[in-house]
Amino acid sequence: MQLHRFHGGLKLADNTEASTAEPVLTMGVPERLTVPLCQHIGDPTEPCVQVGDRVTKGQRIGQAAGYIAAHVHAPTSGVVEDIGHYPVPHPSGLSAPCVVIRTDGRDEWGDTRMEPWLDWDTRDSRRLRERIREAGVVGLGGAAFPTAVKLNPRAGQNIHTLIVNGAECEPWISADDMLMRTAPEAVFEGIRIVAHLLGVERILFAVEDSMPEAMRALTENTPAELADRLELVSIPAIYPTGGERQLIQVLTGREVPSGGLPADLGMVCHNPGTFRAICDAVIQGRPLVSRMVTVTGPGVHRPRNVNALIGTPFAELVAAAGGYDAEVDRLVMGGPMMGFAVHDDALPVIKGTNCLLATRPQDTPSPGPRMPCIRCGECAAVCPARLLPQQLYWQAKAKDFDAIQDYGLFDCIECGCCAHVCPSNIPLVQYYRYAKHEIWTREKERQKSDVARERYEFRQARLEREEREKAEKLAKKKAAVKNKEGQDDDKQAAIQAALERSRARKAARKGQADATDSSAGSTGEAPEADSPTPGDTGTGTEPAETGEPGRSEDTGQADTTNATDDSQEHGR
Amino acid sequence: MRFRTESSPHIIPRHSVGGVMQQVLLALIPGTLAMTWFFGWGVLINVALAVGFAVALEAAMVALRRRPVGPTLADNSAIVTGWLFALAIPPLAPFWVTLIGIAFAIVVAKHLYGGLGYNPFNPAMVGYVVVLVSFPREMALWPAPETLPQMPLGLWQSVQTVLTGSLPAGMEWDAITRATPLDALREGLVSGRTVSEVTASPVFGSFTETGWEWIGNFFLLGGLYLLFRRVIRWEIPLALILGVAIPAGFFWILDPDAHASPAFHVFSGAVILGAFFIATDPVSAATTKLGRILYGAGIGLLIYVIRTWGGYPDAVAFAVLLMNMVAPTLDHFTRPRIYGHSRGGGPPPGAGP
Repeated sequence: MQLHRFHGGLKLADNTEASTAEPVLTMGVPERLTVPLCQHIGDPTEPCVQVGDRVTKGQRIGQAAGYIAAHVHAPTSGVVEDIGHYPVPHPSGLSAPCVVIRTDGRDEWGDTRMEPWLDWDTRDSRRLRERIREAGVVGLGGAAFPTAVKLNPRAGQNIHTLIVNGAECEPWISADDMLMRTAPEAVFEGIRIVAHLLGVERILFAVEDSMPEAMRALTENTPAELADRLELVSIPAIYPTGGERQLIQVLTGREVPSGGLPADLGMVCHNPGTFRAICDAVIQGRPLVSRMVTVTGPGVHRPRNVNALIGTPFAELVAAAGGYDAEVDRLVMGGPMMGFAVHDDALPVIKGTNCLLATRPQDTPSPGPRMPCIRCGECAAVCPARLLPQQLYWQAKAKDFDAIQDYGLFDCIECGCCAHVCPSNIPLVQYYRYAKHEIWTREKERQKSDVARERYEFRQARLEREEREKAEKLAKKKAAVKNKEGQDDDKQAAIQAALERSRARKAARKGQADATDSSAGSTGEAPEADSPTPGDTGTGTEPAETGEPGRSEDTGQADTTNATDDSQEHGR
Repeated sequence: MRFRTESSPHIIPRHSVGGVMQQVLLALIPGTLAMTWFFGWGVLINVALAVGFAVALEAAMVALRRRPVGPTLADNSAIVTGWLFALAIPPLAPFWVTLIGIAFAIVVAKHLYGGLGYNPFNPAMVGYVVVLVSFPREMALWPAPETLPQMPLGLWQSVQTVLTGSLPAGMEWDAITRATPLDALREGLVSGRTVSEVTASPVFGSFTETGWEWIGNFFLLGGLYLLFRRVIRWEIPLALILGVAIPAGFFWILDPDAHASPAFHVFSGAVILGAFFIATDPVSAATTKLGRILYGAGIGLLIYVIRTWGGYPDAVAFAVLLMNMVAPTLDHFTRPRIYGHSRGGGPPPGAGP
């Protein structure tokens, strides 16, 4: 098979000898599991159990609220101890809603367990997809995108090629390698299910040339049912070949359009771990409650791969890998290029945890002062998206968010190649993340202010219309009165007479009771004094009146939004 | 257990600015030694003086700007600037020429623009051009290329000459200096001789004057080392040399009597040094691949144009500074096609069923 090259990339030492030398360890059930409710990319998940509830293994504890979301299940049986905010592995270091389960050690499945489908090939695509969604399967390569969504191509997208991404995401990680070595049958079953679901003509299974043992295991275990359309491809281990877009380029020479998806090219790409999870979900009725994690790095004594329940604290995985080296000072979730350092090893394993990397001070860049960019262009030479990282850096620093998008900020896959080769040790990817975040925030604000502006303009128009109508009415009335005035003097005279009479009566009564008289007069006058107010508010004195208390509710609200809109305009 | 949280990547970076500059300095050694062999101790004295001035002024400027002095000096960039400047000026130029040139290079061209990474012009070339246009007499005194043992001036006498600006008693400038090959060619052509008559002199080797030729070879060696170590990339040196050689070849074929050969042009003056060490200064050069090719070719072409029709015998510094001005524009118009984008606005390569 003719392979292609992507631009740039790096040859990095994969450092997987140690972690692949040890057998995979299936970890026991810890005393307490902290299961974050949102472990995927997409909409948040709502808890569907209560504190004090007993849960069984595989029971749904988090309900996906939106379409792009995944359910969360109890990884073992126990009692829900708490539902609340706990620290989760996320680059922000913030806390997020979690369900804490005090385990009972029995690891019992309840009656909520999904029925095993040994006859899955008799089910149609929709039901298979529902099952995968039911099981909370997400992409296990690290991005954790809900798999069922990826398996649901839009109308008009004819998926003809399934790509199995057996290229490890980053150096040090060997979770996929070990999975392919130890459980090739499960991976192939998952592939069969997805191939059946999507009806693909061709399956490309890419394995890096640095994993000969995985390749051997796969070659020996390729099921006969797939033999006619599956191709095992050995690809050169150049970082980031494990990136979906780069892998597609290597295998097919085609580029996924900017802002598009592989499905636009008729391709779908999944990680071996995901196929195993699909196999478990469909054939065994087992939701995604555990995963393979590589625990490695010079900061642990015995690097290895473990099968850990979701929610297990990192510290237990490290203990399973022989514990920390005395000099360890950094714990990274993910690989060395794209992973993020966590502040605490009490954080739980989530669906996206493919690796824990522990390092010592001498293994990571010195925290010394950053040098200025010397425009050497090394970053551009290694960028797999063919961007000009140094230009993006200058633009991010200058907050020139129009130019930075023009230079392709959103085509950046944040692989970190640029930062690795930067002689000035500039954390380039940080700058791009900052710029992306800033642009998203501004976009949201812009949308908000657009809505506010629309509401404001609508209100202005309504007030003007009311004013106009009122003025017209008034004019009509006045005209009518004038006409009448001219027409009948006797009527006028009659009114005059009536007024005279009433005055005389008033004068007569005044002597009898002063107090009752004056109060009646003041109430009679009140409506006259009040009536012009609503009309006046619309006459262009908005800013001075914004947020004035005691106004009617709807106008007050419109004004407040208008005020935020205003302040944004000034801020720009 | 609690940890520090630093941003990715979490592996030791491949390069450092100081390391890159160190490689450049290493690559300058063979050419510098060759220059010393042919032009005497003055070369090394100049290098030492210029580097000393450059580092001292850099430290002073960094301190004035209230930046950390130690880490800034560790980037070695001032040493490179001083060294390159020293190679550009005549080996026996008086010390104040070096001081003034370096002051302009480090203080004006570098730090007044914001220091390393922010200078639009190559600092060494700014300093060189300042002294070239200000002190034409001192800048014209190139010794005749001899071998070191035959030098009229010993080490101590050279030091004295550089420090005092005058030769030891009993020696005349006219006796120890000679026109550079480019000067000789220029004067020869002006006085109506042909190129072959000028180069018929026994001091000329296969391409240009023997000494200059060897110096060029040794700088080439250093340049190839930088290419091999990937400190520089091939685009600028190759485009620059072709930028000189192609127009030179064209006119040479048209009229070999009035125009020197491409090899003469490439190996005379500072073309090799410029191609590998000066034009490749990343800060002031273009950064895209095509941009670098155009940048190098532009410098080469300007060198040939100024040498042939301009007022100066050599033109590397002027050509580099002129192209420094257009480098940002070149970068802007030579952006590579981004993954998943098309050049014209259609689908990217391989799109469609």
